Amino acid sequence: MAGPFHLQLDHVTYQYEQGGKTAVKDMSLAIPRGQFVALLGHNGSGKSTVAKLLNGLFTPTVGTVQVSGMDTADPKFVWEIRRRAGMVFQNPDNQIVATQVRDDVAFGLENIGVPSAEMPERIERALSDVNMLEFADRAPHLLSGGQKQRIAIAGILAMEPEALILDEATAMLDPSGRKDVLETVRRLNTEKQITVVWITHFMQEATQADRVIVMHEGSAVMDGTPREVFAQADMIRGYRLDVPPMTKLAETLRSRGIALSGDILSVDDMIGEVRRLAHRA
Amino acid sequence: MLRDITLGQYYPVDSPVHRLDPRTKILMTVGFVVAVFLVTELWGYLVVLAFLALAIYLSRLPIKMMLRSIRPLRILLIFTFVLNLFFGAGGRELLRWGFVVIRDEGLNNAVHFSLRLVFLVVGSSILTLTTAPVTLTDGIEKLASPLKRIGFPAHEMAMMMTIALRFIPTLTEEADKIMKAQTARGADFTSGNLKQRATAMIPLLVPLFVSAFRRAGDLAMAMEARCYHGGEGRTRLHVLKFGAADFSALAAVGLLIFLTVLQRRVM
Repeated sequence: MAGPFHLQLDHVTYQYEQGGKTAVKDMSLAIPRGQFVALLGHNGSGKSTVAKLLNGLFTPTVGTVQVSGMDTADPKFVWEIRRRAGMVFQNPDNQIVATQVRDDVAFGLENIGVPSAEMPERIERALSDVNMLEFADRAPHLLSGGQKQRIAIAGILAMEPEALILDEATAMLDPSGRKDVLETVRRLNTEKQITVVWITHFMQEATQADRVIVMHEGSAVMDGTPREVFAQADMIRGYRLDVPPMTKLAETLRSRGIALSGDILSVDDMIGEVRRLAHRA
Repeated sequence: MLRDITLGQYYPVDSPVHRLDPRTKILMTVGFVVAVFLVTELWGYLVVLAFLALAIYLSRLPIKMMLRSIRPLRILLIFTFVLNLFFGAGGRELLRWGFVVIRDEGLNNAVHFSLRLVFLVVGSSILTLTTAPVTLTDGIEKLASPLKRIGFPAHEMAMMMTIALRFIPTLTEEADKIMKAQTARGADFTSGNLKQRATAMIPLLVPLFVSAFRRAGDLAMAMEARCYHGGEGRTRLHVLKFGAADFSALAAVGLLIFLTVLQRRVM
């Protein structure tokens, strides 16, 4: 049953209601298992709709979406798809259900009917995977935004998913919370081979991905490694997005006549490049 | 200023009463209320008092806390006592002082009603002081689940209560924020007469409601994404189980009701 790709969109069009706005237009996308994909796009580009299509919260108006070969439009797969492709939303306060961290992590397990005796162990494993075990008995409203998002991730991990879809999960966090969440997800991706779809408008976060997809008006317009995508700075700006800060700095320096190469994404890249130039001089 | 609202009045200590199954405690409270209403003789209250004292002792609740639970009631209590005392129509005349007449039936009613009120409030506050709100919700869900057969939404009701409890601090914080923002722009929530103050609340309530609806939409989506599909086939992390302590506690309430019934027969 499992196709060659883990998450697959095949000529998908999604319209909010009959005659309403078309959020996604004839989009095809194939994500192999274990890939860390950053999905970029300005507001209204359809990236959030893609996230909701990927775990069956929305079903396509035209075309098919498959998770591990299961069609999201088939009602008998709905709960299995949602268990396998967990989703973290933007507002940490609006996705926590229970008044205690432990109970909230249990929520998904209770829904899929895991026997009560199995729950404590799975909850503790999930909480320690996101380094939140010591907060198990706390009230979620007393935690920081980054901690709340990690609790949300733990709630999904407890269900033993194959993919994590994060819909601007860091948009409402402070810089340290953003770093925490990104590091946690990155680690889960490498350690557990969990496929990640990371939706963001922070370009710096996208540089950490294996693959960057840029969306514009409901279609994927750029697709490649972060280096390939961000090298085309003018094209990115054309889609009303920005380039990562170091790429921008390199561009400025280049315009002042310093011969830096075109694919600088991180501070380390920049240091390496400057060293290389210094050696030559 | 809104931040001081405490969630329920749960008093977290470890005691035999705290450890009881929430269903037991709910049934005990109901049984206790029945017993209080069955009492007709003043000495009957001694039995109820003994039961209550034992419950308080076993629950390790400070007496001060129990007395505090009566405090909001003091005005109602005084009214109940005074009105019954002066307006009791029947019975022997005990005292006449100008137009004030006190008859024995009035005195009897005054004492009865006041005692009942105090016992009811103290008795039911033991339930809320020794049971965490979420546990209480679990208990209500379980107790009401036989009613599902006649279409009573026991699970949905309990889920709503849990979510309400979860969102009280969030919405309180938000109300506080909106209030400060409106105050900064010159709104006045604290002065004026009742009507003016009620009007001043509108710019607070409208954004609060709008945000609550948005949160509800988000939460529903997040719950669905986490496979929530109602109470059917759902397992629970905390399984409620009746133990020996629960049976003896229920037996104690049974005895209390028996004694109060006996008291009516004897007289």
